[in-house]
Amino acid sequence: MYPRRLIGLAAVLAICVAGYMTLGAQGSWGFVLPFRGAKLAALLLVALAVPTSTVLFQTITQNRILTPSIMGFDALYVLILTALIFVLGGQEYVRLPVIGQFVLNVGLLMGAALVLFGTLLSQARQDIMRMILTGIIFGVLFRAVTGFLQRMIDPNEYAVVQVNSYARFGRIETDLLLIAAVLAGIALAFAWRMRHRLDVLELGHDTATNLGETPQRATLQVLVIVAALVSVSTALVGPIVFLGLLVVSLAHQVTPAARHAVLLPCAVLICAITLIGGQTVLERVLALSTPLSVVIDLLGGAVFLGLLLKGMSR
Amino acid sequence: MIKVSHVTHRIGGATILSDVSVELAAGGVTALIGPNGAGKSTLLSLIARLIPLQSGSITVDDLTIGACPSDVLARKLAILPQSADAAPRLTVRDLVSFGRYPYHKGRGTEEDAQIVAQTLHRFGLNDLAGRQLDTLSGGQRQRAQVAMIHAQSTDYVLLDEPLNNLDIAASRSLMRMLRALGRTVVIVLHDINYASSYADQIVAMKDGRIHAVGTPADVVTEDLLADVFGTRATVHQIDGRPLVQV
Ligand SMILES: Nc1ncnc2c1ncn2[C@@H]1O[C@H](COP(=O)(O)OP(=O)(O)OP(=O)(O)O)[C@@H](O)[C@H]1O
Ligand SMILES: [Mg+2]
Repeated sequence: MYPRRLIGLAAVLAICVAGYMTLGAQGSWGFVLPFRGAKLAALLLVALAVPTSTVLFQTITQNRILTPSIMGFDALYVLILTALIFVLGGQEYVRLPVIGQFVLNVGLLMGAALVLFGTLLSQARQDIMRMILTGIIFGVLFRAVTGFLQRMIDPNEYAVVQVNSYARFGRIETDLLLIAAVLAGIALAFAWRMRHRLDVLELGHDTATNLGETPQRATLQVLVIVAALVSVSTALVGPIVFLGLLVVSLAHQVTPAARHAVLLPCAVLICAITLIGGQTVLERVLALSTPLSVVIDLLGGAVFLGLLLKGMSR
Repeated sequence: MIKVSHVTHRIGGATILSDVSVELAAGGVTALIGPNGAGKSTLLSLIARLIPLQSGSITVDDLTIGACPSDVLARKLAILPQSADAAPRLTVRDLVSFGRYPYHKGRGTEEDAQIVAQTLHRFGLNDLAGRQLDTLSGGQRQRAQVAMIHAQSTDYVLLDEPLNNLDIAASRSLMRMLRALGRTVVIVLHDINYASSYADQIVAMKDGRIHAVGTPADVVTEDLLADVFGTRATVHQIDGRPLVQV
């Protein structure tokens, strides 16, 4: 299915990567390449994590409007981080090894996701409007509690939180790269192993059950994978609400009705092109200071509204 | 044999099934009849583990529903629900291919491809194989769904009102095919005449209970129609099969 389109996307991505690495370089290549290489690696990790978590979530909830970010997963990650700093104190938290901080966050997010979303998603028949409302309420709630805790935190410690609360493609936490890559690798391996099951689960609760799948168990497995992938992307570049929706909607246009074995790589390639190409054009070519996340959320928000209106008129 | 023992099912405060016990013999066609809301779909969904069992027990041969792994049951029993989930962009061939999933779990073999091809041929779907489901008529889509169930090659086949949307030729050919399969078929029918013409056994349900079980000649009587459906209709005997004058 669609081998040409995937190859075409890969070619475009290669051009974007070359542009990102070489355009506007000042100083010695020996310095520029490793410096940019680390950022590139982080962007690629995000490009693997965000679309994969979005596709898994949409398949399991059988909709193309909701995504983990829209349901408040990213906001929950930031809330957990803030709460940890609030409880432990910024100094204590920072004294933990980076790996320890990250693993703690990820573990808590997985637990919270299972508790909060597990029951909501495990019902056989889901009401999409109720889910959207729940997601919006969760998002607002998580952000409100985060804001509240941040105000209570010592201003010195606040800086630790702030870094993780906003989307930023320019300043990327590269010290997390290794642990994030390991976690993403594991989560992606599980996601890829699920690809045939996802094709069946997409047929709906009854048909999937008839074919021997267990939608409820699959939902919990997907929630754990999604929590891991959201942690990776949020830790690296912060929350970007509409990125997943944007790139997965595009992937459905490029490879319509594709199996997951094709849809997943397609969405990843599109996301990588969006992030790396977008960053190259904004930063290097146009020299604009508009953050890429603003552009992405603007476009993604428009797609969200479009899908919502289309869904309602049906 | 499908053995349902003392199954009670409640949703909210309402009792949908009350203490249902029934045995559906292996082989042959069993028709499930009863008025709207009698609990036919609920019973079928419970047998096929689409909804979890609350009390009582159900076994299919040596498999116990709720205890046996879902994928093992998927090679023993297949169900076509009353309102089958829509997968609008799937092609007919892809849909039918999914019937083989319980065996290959994603990587179809040559044998699976052959079974799919035979099934498409048998259901007269060769011309439609490349079409997406949302471009088909209701009856064509129904035929594709039944074909998928057929490709699943299970000993037991449960069908919830499969004749919906089918014209008389398609209905008769489906019922004949089901008889010819030699599998155990449990089928919900609203048209009593189809039940009495094609079924070996009829189970009549009303208000969440089994009202009568027996051969068409035993079950399809004027008294039973009055009891179960609350309507007075004349029943004729033609070639030993009862036929309802509608
Ligand atoms: N999810 C549910 N929530 C509440 N009530 C339900 C639910 N599912 C079924 N019921 C009720 O259970 C009863 C039996 O439903 P069921 O679908 O089994 O009937 P049926 O015999 O298949 O009817 P029909 O011939 O109309 O398909 C009905 O009164 C229905 O309203
Ligand atoms: Mg029904």
